[in-house]
Amino acid sequence: MTLQLKATLAVRNVDFELHVQPGETLAIMGPNGAGKSTAVHMLAGLLKPDSGLATLDGRTLFRLSPGGGSSAGSGGGKGRGGSLWLPPHERGIGLLAQEPLLFPHLKVLDNVAFGPRSQGATKKASRETARHWLDEIGALELARRLPAALSGGQAQRVALARALATDPELLLLDEPMAALDVNSTPFLRSLLKRVLTGRRAIIVTHDVLDALMLADRIIVMAHGRIVESGPTAAVLSHPRSAFAASLAGLNVLSGSLSGNILSMPDGVQVTGQPVGSQAVGAQSDGAGSGARGEVAAIAAFPPSAVSVFLAPPAGSPRNCFRVRVSDLEPHGGHIRVRAGQMSADISPAAVAELGLAPGAEVFFVVKAAEVLLYPA
Amino acid sequence: MALPKTFSPHHGAPTGPDAGAARGGSWRRSWQYSGVPAWIYALAALGALFILLPLTGMVAQVNWGQFLPLISSESSVAALLLSLRTAAASTVLCIIFGVPLALLLARTQFFGQRILRALILLPLVVPPVVGGLALLYTFGRAGLMGKSLQLVGINIAFSTTAVIMAQTFVALPFLVLSLEGTLRTAGQKYEAVAATLGARPGTVLRRVTVPLVLPGLISGAVLSFARSLGEFGATLTFAGSLQGVTRTLPLEIYLQRETDPEAAVALSFLLIAVAVIVVALTYRAPKPPQHSSVSGRADAL
Repeated sequence: MTLQLKATLAVRNVDFELHVQPGETLAIMGPNGAGKSTAVHMLAGLLKPDSGLATLDGRTLFRLSPGGGSSAGSGGGKGRGGSLWLPPHERGIGLLAQEPLLFPHLKVLDNVAFGPRSQGATKKASRETARHWLDEIGALELARRLPAALSGGQAQRVALARALATDPELLLLDEPMAALDVNSTPFLRSLLKRVLTGRRAIIVTHDVLDALMLADRIIVMAHGRIVESGPTAAVLSHPRSAFAASLAGLNVLSGSLSGNILSMPDGVQVTGQPVGSQAVGAQSDGAGSGARGEVAAIAAFPPSAVSVFLAPPAGSPRNCFRVRVSDLEPHGGHIRVRAGQMSADISPAAVAELGLAPGAEVFFVVKAAEVLLYPA
Repeated sequence: MALPKTFSPHHGAPTGPDAGAARGGSWRRSWQYSGVPAWIYALAALGALFILLPLTGMVAQVNWGQFLPLISSESSVAALLLSLRTAAASTVLCIIFGVPLALLLARTQFFGQRILRALILLPLVVPPVVGGLALLYTFGRAGLMGKSLQLVGINIAFSTTAVIMAQTFVALPFLVLSLEGTLRTAGQKYEAVAATLGARPGTVLRRVTVPLVLPGLISGAVLSFARSLGEFGATLTFAGSLQGVTRTLPLEIYLQRETDPEAAVALSFLLIAVAVIVVALTYRAPKPPQHSSVSGRADAL
């Protein structure tokens, strides 16, 4: 009894598989163009994959075999050859998008009542449901307004109530807070926290705070593939992809691991502490790539562990990278010094003392004890 | 130095040909930069004059003292009533066939869609007389379908039905074009959301799509009505000119021009008045979409 989705879509270079348990909230994160919204739209029935299978609590949402669904244009129905495509209105899946998309010609109450009414409830009953959900999101006093008279935050709350009023078996949230101003975001986030408890949902987000507050599990997508997945806390504390590490605010270097030394493609070596359940050296049949005893791996360390020097410090068990400063920006009480894909957090006084400016050549130094090494 | 330069265009605008409107501009809304060069105003004014002058010239010829008697002759009243009835009927037909056509063109993809669009636009570019001939050779007594229709006792050519068909033929593209544009501008996001809320396609069409594109539908219908009201060539060719049956107002005007030019001018004025009233009552300029969300964002800033 789970949600299961496995799909490929060549034109968007997407190929992945995911599962969501009842009552579980899954966050999908990843850079732009990673295929996050594609996944959501496939589940909602707004986008058709080339092939794949999706089931929700034993109900088949779609089953498409490669090459079998060439007559896709006509829309849907149960085709021949075992392929099946359930139209959006028969899926029981709610969608809250970036824009509220409240029907502009209907009052707030009728917007929220639209779902129950479309599913066959009487006018009276559907308005009753709408009032319940407007009350739930604290917007009952807006019931008689037209959407044009709502602020962005109010409109998105009403859109949430509208999606919930159909009591969907799965709620899809596609960057629900991306279009809101900073003042309305925290309110909607805590509202989502409340209504998502015990409800099966998938939230696409760019904000690590959403994942931390709302999601039980997180999936990181890149280039149409799932590159990382696991409980939110685990993914953020032990990120294995560059994107997840940057979400967690870590520096990430990738290369091949031998013992406690990571060799990067450009020949630079990083010494650190191998982590993970298995001893890395013993995993000779692991990735099947690289020489004996070597596996692809990443090194991760926080910017706060990096010191910045104008000349390489001599003789210590430290990693030293020769870099060119690309950017300086305030970060908390520190200055974040960016150099390529690495960054260092140092005090404003240190920046002034070193005379740092974009373009300067410096050395990033980090203790081996601060660097964690994981098989990728 | 650079700043006054960038601002100079709107100092220039009020001295342009549209100076009167620009000076009294505060009656509408606060000034907004438009980026329209001054010579555009001049050409636009010429264009407007080109339409306005002939109308003025005609109105100047109207014999106001005899106006009522001129337009209330038996044949004139019959022509006016027939025009209103047939134009209304053909507008209804345009809506019945035009809405599905516009939906298919704007919302679906199928083989031959571009050919279909070109076909629908054809009555716009084909001379109405040619359209009338085409109708005649199809539904006329000796026509492609007319022969079979005659066998079951249906005779279309030179009847009021023929007038309605000729008008629908020439007016349909106006509704389809207008509505297709509105449908494309509106996008499909609202329909997609409605579907995820459990609404079947029929419900989505009735409760979301049609209300959303209603302004475009109305303006398309008004344009079709106006085009039907003025239809001449196809009607004359396919339906002839029988008083009270197929002689619509434009045909009556053309006929009167030979015998009673004063009546022709008076009826022309009547035709213009009817068209202007209908358009003014129903036609609204297209509004910028999503006005509310734009202002909402401005508020947030």
